[in-house]
Amino acid sequence: MNNSSVAQLVKGLRERQYSSVEVTRSYLDRIAAMDVHYNSYIGVDEAAALAAAEAADKRLAAGDTPPLTGVPIAHKDIFCTDGMRTSCGSRMLDNFVPPYDATVIQRFKADGAVVLGKTNMDEFAMGSSNESSFYGPARNPWNTELVPGGSSGGSAAAVAGWLAPAATGTDTGGSIRQPAAFCGITGLKPTYGRVSRLGIVAFASSLDQAGPMAHSAEDCALLLNTMAGHDPRDATSSSAATEDYSSRLGDDLDGLRIGLPREYFSDGLDAATRRCVDNALQELESQGAILVDVSLPHSALTVPTYYIIAPAEASTNLSRFDGVRYGYRCEDPVDLHDLYTRTRGEGFGEEVKRRILVGTYALSAGYYDAYYKKAQQVRRLIKQDFMNCFDSVDIIAGPTTPGPAFALGTKSNDPIAMYLEDVYTLAVNLAGLPGISVPAGFVEDKPVGLQLIGRHFHEARLLNVAHRFQQATDWHLRSPDFATGEQH
Amino acid sequence: MKIEQNEIEKIAELARIRISDSEIGQVTSRITEILQMVDALQAVDTRDIEPMSNPLDETQHLRPDKVTENNRRDAFQAIAPSVENGLYLVPKVIE
Repeated sequence: MNNSSVAQLVKGLRERQYSSVEVTRSYLDRIAAMDVHYNSYIGVDEAAALAAAEAADKRLAAGDTPPLTGVPIAHKDIFCTDGMRTSCGSRMLDNFVPPYDATVIQRFKADGAVVLGKTNMDEFAMGSSNESSFYGPARNPWNTELVPGGSSGGSAAAVAGWLAPAATGTDTGGSIRQPAAFCGITGLKPTYGRVSRLGIVAFASSLDQAGPMAHSAEDCALLLNTMAGHDPRDATSSSAATEDYSSRLGDDLDGLRIGLPREYFSDGLDAATRRCVDNALQELESQGAILVDVSLPHSALTVPTYYIIAPAEASTNLSRFDGVRYGYRCEDPVDLHDLYTRTRGEGFGEEVKRRILVGTYALSAGYYDAYYKKAQQVRRLIKQDFMNCFDSVDIIAGPTTPGPAFALGTKSNDPIAMYLEDVYTLAVNLAGLPGISVPAGFVEDKPVGLQLIGRHFHEARLLNVAHRFQQATDWHLRSPDFATGEQH
Repeated sequence: MKIEQNEIEKIAELARIRISDSEIGQVTSRITEILQMVDALQAVDTRDIEPMSNPLDETQHLRPDKVTENNRRDAFQAIAPSVENGLYLVPKVIE
């Protein structure tokens, strides 16, 4: 049961092959034994997890079995959990114990899932390597000298290392898809507004979206069924109808038109990574898909556009951390101004401060039109590129990242090099589209991700294509040696 | 473009973030690099392009102006750094 998919666990629990307490206990034991290597968790409350598992076992015995009853799931430490510390990877929230659950957590609890623990992340979800976490970096289970990616690096590492059957993440510019690619798992960023943002510590409100991270598209579909849906308490949550995301997984791909943006296959892409992506595309072609050359002409502008809009929104959102209502407060402030400036100077890490300053600059008097308004206009052009492509193709495919996972410390002192890690993922958030990263091979034992991008609200189609790919390949079934318990 | 250190000091003051004298030089050069990178936008012709603030061009949902949440002041104040009689305490602001 320790290396079982979510789908298998759902079945095994229902058939009483094992109890939720047994499954949860075995994961807690693995976390205790292995997480010293991965640092994928920031918080684990064993007693609470086992109590939830016991409650799930009672529901199972009583035949009251919502879809995920008894399945332990890890959550990025950005989702507020009632009575359980939610740090967002920051000193600022090191002492923050929310008095309520995020809607996503509420929905998982209502569907019977057990909160296994809270996973490591870049501070306030700002980063692509997990190295900006106040709790130290999570590490890649495939090779602990490598970063797991970020910002949902802890969730990706926990799933890849079998310290959780599945996890949640959030994705503002690639934070689900990039770590999924680096750790060899499947990660879906849904359409903007598909999953409620209530109770998720806000980074950039017009870009943030939560989604599932798991070993397969099939498991991501099971999690999305629980996560997706309108939330009256999130004014930007979509009221578009949801569907059973598992129901169309097996649809055939005959005649599916896949657009390949030539800008995503240009000079910046590592040659070995490209070969993995090309092979994956050939597999889809052999299943009847038609590959079509397309163009996203404004691709070169996505990094600059994102690095105006995301910091601008972050500077506004993070103004709430003032040392007054919750979170960190500096020692012995001499006056209110000192309280604010020292609390924020000491409570935020380097990258977070940098982004707040860039955002404040972009929004300040005299610069607003030249930066923020300009970026919002280019954002429309970037979205329009995708809409033009979707006139002639059903989905868009390409690499998730320019190359495989890099070594810890290699980019942490060069913000711009780090920002360029997300060159293929940022545009999806700017356009509000759903995107998924699917394991597609290895470069020198490092996993590579294939990214699929769909029309707004076409999550089921992406999961279908990913599932069909996974029926014909075994990349998603590979595990690092550590995780299978074998000796190196 | 070049951004001066005193401009960063002004922005940091607006953002209410204390930056030590030993850090300010480094912070200034990093932010200059980022602003140079985003300057690529200035070359784009965006005449008549409507700025996009929501990727689905949706407006926020409205709801009836009715109380739907319970008052949980005590629960929320239990996690505050300093409160008294239901009030949040900060250093004295009026002499």
